[in-house]
Amino acid sequence: MKFSEQWLREWVNPQIDTQELMDQITMAGLEVDGFEPVAGQFSGVIVGEVQSVQPHPDADKLRVCQVSDGSSEVQVVCGAPNVREGMKVPFAVVGAVLPGNFKIKKAKLRGQPSEGMLCSESELGLSENHDGLMELPADAPVGQGVADYLKLNDVTIDVDLTPNRADCLSIKGIAREVGVLNSMLVNSPAIEPVESVHSEVPDIRVEAPAGCPRYLGRILRNVNLQAESPLWMQEKLRRSGIRSIDAAVDVTNYVMLELGQPMHAFDRDEIQGGIVVRMARIGEKLVLLDGQEVELTQGTLVIADHDKPIAIAGVMGGEHSGVSPKTRDLVLESAYFDPITLAGKARHYGLHTDASHRFERGVDYKLARDAMERATKLLMEIVGGEPGEVVEVASDGDIPEDRVVDLRVRRLNDVLGMEIDRTTVEEILTRLGLRVEKLLKDGWRVSVPSFRPDISIEEDLIEEVGRIYGYNNLPVTEPTGSLGLRPEQEAVRPVSAIRNFFVDNGYQEAVTYSFVDPKVQQLVDPERQGIPLANPISSDLSVMRTSLWSGLLKTVAYNQNRQQPRIRLFETGLRFLQEGERIDQQPMLAGVVVGNQYPENWANGRRTADFFDVKGDLERLFRLLGIEVHFVGSKHPALHPGQTAELMRDGEHVGWLGTLHPQVQKNLELNGTILMFELFLNSIVTGYVPNFKEISKFPEVRRDLAIIIGSEVAFADVELVARKHAGEQLTALRAFDVYEGESLGEGNRSLALSLFWQHPERTLNEDEVHSLFNGVIDALKEELGATLRS
Amino acid sequence: MENLEQLVQDGLAAVDSAGSLQALDQIRVEYLGKKGAITQQAKTLGKLSAEERPAAGQKINEAKGQVEEAINARRSDLERAAIEQKLASESIDVTLPGRGQDLGGLHPVTRTLQRIEHFFARAGYTVEQGPEIEDDYHNFEALNIPGHHPARAMHDTFYFNPGTLLRTHTSPVQIRTMEAGKPPFRMICPGRVYRCDSDMTHTPMFHQVEGLLVEKNVSFADLKSTVEEFLRVFFERDLQVRFRPSYFPFTEPSAEVDIEWGREADGSIKWLEVMGCGMVHPKVFEYCGIDAEEYRGFAFGLGVERLAMLRYGVNDLRMFFENDLRFLRQFR
Repeated sequence: MKFSEQWLREWVNPQIDTQELMDQITMAGLEVDGFEPVAGQFSGVIVGEVQSVQPHPDADKLRVCQVSDGSSEVQVVCGAPNVREGMKVPFAVVGAVLPGNFKIKKAKLRGQPSEGMLCSESELGLSENHDGLMELPADAPVGQGVADYLKLNDVTIDVDLTPNRADCLSIKGIAREVGVLNSMLVNSPAIEPVESVHSEVPDIRVEAPAGCPRYLGRILRNVNLQAESPLWMQEKLRRSGIRSIDAAVDVTNYVMLELGQPMHAFDRDEIQGGIVVRMARIGEKLVLLDGQEVELTQGTLVIADHDKPIAIAGVMGGEHSGVSPKTRDLVLESAYFDPITLAGKARHYGLHTDASHRFERGVDYKLARDAMERATKLLMEIVGGEPGEVVEVASDGDIPEDRVVDLRVRRLNDVLGMEIDRTTVEEILTRLGLRVEKLLKDGWRVSVPSFRPDISIEEDLIEEVGRIYGYNNLPVTEPTGSLGLRPEQEAVRPVSAIRNFFVDNGYQEAVTYSFVDPKVQQLVDPERQGIPLANPISSDLSVMRTSLWSGLLKTVAYNQNRQQPRIRLFETGLRFLQEGERIDQQPMLAGVVVGNQYPENWANGRRTADFFDVKGDLERLFRLLGIEVHFVGSKHPALHPGQTAELMRDGEHVGWLGTLHPQVQKNLELNGTILMFELFLNSIVTGYVPNFKEISKFPEVRRDLAIIIGSEVAFADVELVARKHAGEQLTALRAFDVYEGESLGEGNRSLALSLFWQHPERTLNEDEVHSLFNGVIDALKEELGATLRS
Repeated sequence: MENLEQLVQDGLAAVDSAGSLQALDQIRVEYLGKKGAITQQAKTLGKLSAEERPAAGQKINEAKGQVEEAINARRSDLERAAIEQKLASESIDVTLPGRGQDLGGLHPVTRTLQRIEHFFARAGYTVEQGPEIEDDYHNFEALNIPGHHPARAMHDTFYFNPGTLLRTHTSPVQIRTMEAGKPPFRMICPGRVYRCDSDMTHTPMFHQVEGLLVEKNVSFADLKSTVEEFLRVFFERDLQVRFRPSYFPFTEPSAEVDIEWGREADGSIKWLEVMGCGMVHPKVFEYCGIDAEEYRGFAFGLGVERLAMLRYGVNDLRMFFENDLRFLRQFR
């Protein structure tokens, strides 16, 4: 809400400067978002009167004017189309300085001397309007400084109100707060009923009393809407961010800003029969004041006549029934609309108006009549007219009930953490407009006024006391509750340990969006549909990820496009799967590696990272976590068919490791061999608690062998067979060489293994080891078709 | 016997000129070996009388000792020289860079989250997690934000269908934690949150930490100390903190928290909003089945990226999610 400081000070004028005033209301919870002088910085601009206007002899668009400054007359050349004899305008005399440090000097325009300048609103920094000269009222005193005359020593203050403070969406409301903060009384205009001079009343029928508990109407006959709003009103509106339109609109806006009651004026001749407040019917259309036609939907409260809707209640009037300079009779509306009925309606039609903003937050449900009287009086001062009787249709059962809330001293002190003097509490609440009655048992019974719909429970009152007393005046104490110690499972490693592992191994952590491009997702996980957002921010962020790879691969592309050839990334986060009715949100750990295995330098060489580099990283991770994971050759639609491993732990699938499929890589326009893994975090974080085993004192025996075996036989199978026949005392088995070459014959490879035996209680004898070793060799020959390499 | 003297002299001269350990060994054999020249002298002892023998034997031993000592001294000289030569040949350029893997780094958001979690863990708070696809009830309703509430408009919610959405804050985790347990509670819930908003200063996803403390006797004053202490620890500065009345549907009283962040041109403190907080609204307790007369609580919420930006001087929020390696590497 924007308002003029001067206007506020007419209501309450504490002896503090603008900055202090803004600080004060900010600290009371009405956060000042900014402020702006109501005009640019200028000097030497006075009220001038145009005495005569002559055409310029050498320029079609220029006029030569004689302008009076009150004591003498000077010649000014002017290009404004609206300049005319007798007009009063802001006159920048020679020596004046206009906003932007623009100095006015004597000049010649197309040969004609010009001493000064006649100004538009924009030239004085009053508005953007530079259509023509700013016309001052006919009674403006010639020669007086314009800044003085217009009281331009004022600022527009913009407060960012929280949605609960509907009561502060008016000068009256803000003045009330300032009054409380400074312990001052607040002035307000006297509002008295305007006597009716005729008996014509609008026919009003409220068919939706829940949505419109109160509706007031009045006819103002024979108005002159050619009459302009007075400058003071236009200025107050302007300084509160509202453009002057015509007297009827200006006055309703003025009353809204002043008291907080949005109003509307209809052209009586455009209302067929009478006013009906009802819900919209399906298919009804309405052209609004802003010119757009809307199709009304069910649940929309409308103001209608006997034929058609003429306004969306509490949001915007219709164009057809709006006032125009030709309007003869007005019907004024002042109503209380139910916030819940109006909630979201403006938004539904793509609108947000000053009225809807207020009604949705809750307008004072007892304000409508005062506003009607105030508006009638102000209007008649401008446009004249004959007022009729006010008709009020109210549904008592639908009007909010007056609330009474008890406040206990003990509760107040407990919540705020200090004892606040009782008189102070009473004064704060009273000045806020609440009626306070002492209760016998340590507390107060507080009647909440109709303008504070936000106060309904004890805590609301505690907040009022706290904020006016000042949060920063409340003490600071440490919470005293005892801290219970919580169990911690040693076997479960925190995710932070996993993150640190990857960081230590040269991976950079990434955080990518949880919603991704469906096209990328389709490439990475073609068998699943990502859950689509109903209202995505853009099409490339429109489905929830089913794999962290989508985001990581986009990150690879982003960095490859910025000359980063070596990329090692990991990410943790949820993936989202639709499983029938259920949505599965699974914590994942994923990574991607491309480029050299080591940073390039004299010693590291330039070897490209391959499958086994990343597999080694994962194997070490699993050791850190204390878990055993097997890598099983497998297929995945996004991965290279010959370089894909499914990761298994105790028979359970825990993730994937592989090389990105070259076709997918091409489609994503990525470079290099891209290695990727993705693991289910919950399946890998629980390992074991170490359990000590006696260290054998007896020697370990090693035997090496080399076999030639079909390339299709997995090392894991060789290991399995070897272990099966190596006996219980086998302590380790390692492959120390893998070789493929022509000499071995096509489809073959050579594997060199070393086996280690050790007995916990005695030295193994040569014969035992020999027999086990031969058993292994025989089994490899028989079960896997291996031959011993000589 | 007089050539013993000569032998020793010759031996010493030979030792002195021995250029290598092998040569030295050769000399040792020549003079002191079984058939060595000095050893051979002992054979002459037989020719001497029993009276002369001890003295002559001693002389021979002395001669042996003299040469042996010289050999040993020469050996250590030669060995030392050999080691020095070897060391000289092994010298390397220690200024060349080392070999092996580079170090990665944590994302600045994670780094910031870890600092926050660490602070609250020491104060006895647990770290709780919750779903990111939430239902309307936990994200709004149970937080005292009913369907028509104007506060919903402040949230710019991403929806899947009318009842299912991406959580707009981590507050629903409070609700879930309170539903599942019994007070007292001390918990924080860090995590991703989503708002349908994207411009210079908004990203559609960001991170929040929500904190909750529920105990029998807790006040706004306790909330103040918790928040103030946290901010001072986080920024490692004794900065000024102020509490400004504000509004959140799930707390009452509510406050926004500003910290001192530089000075205005006129010397006054420049305040920067960093957090929201308040006393848990009785309605929220009611939804979670907690007696608001018996328990009170405070809650606070902060934006992680905002704190990270202030802490590390990052000037563009969007960089957090571009994952430019040149950006990320600055935080390791």
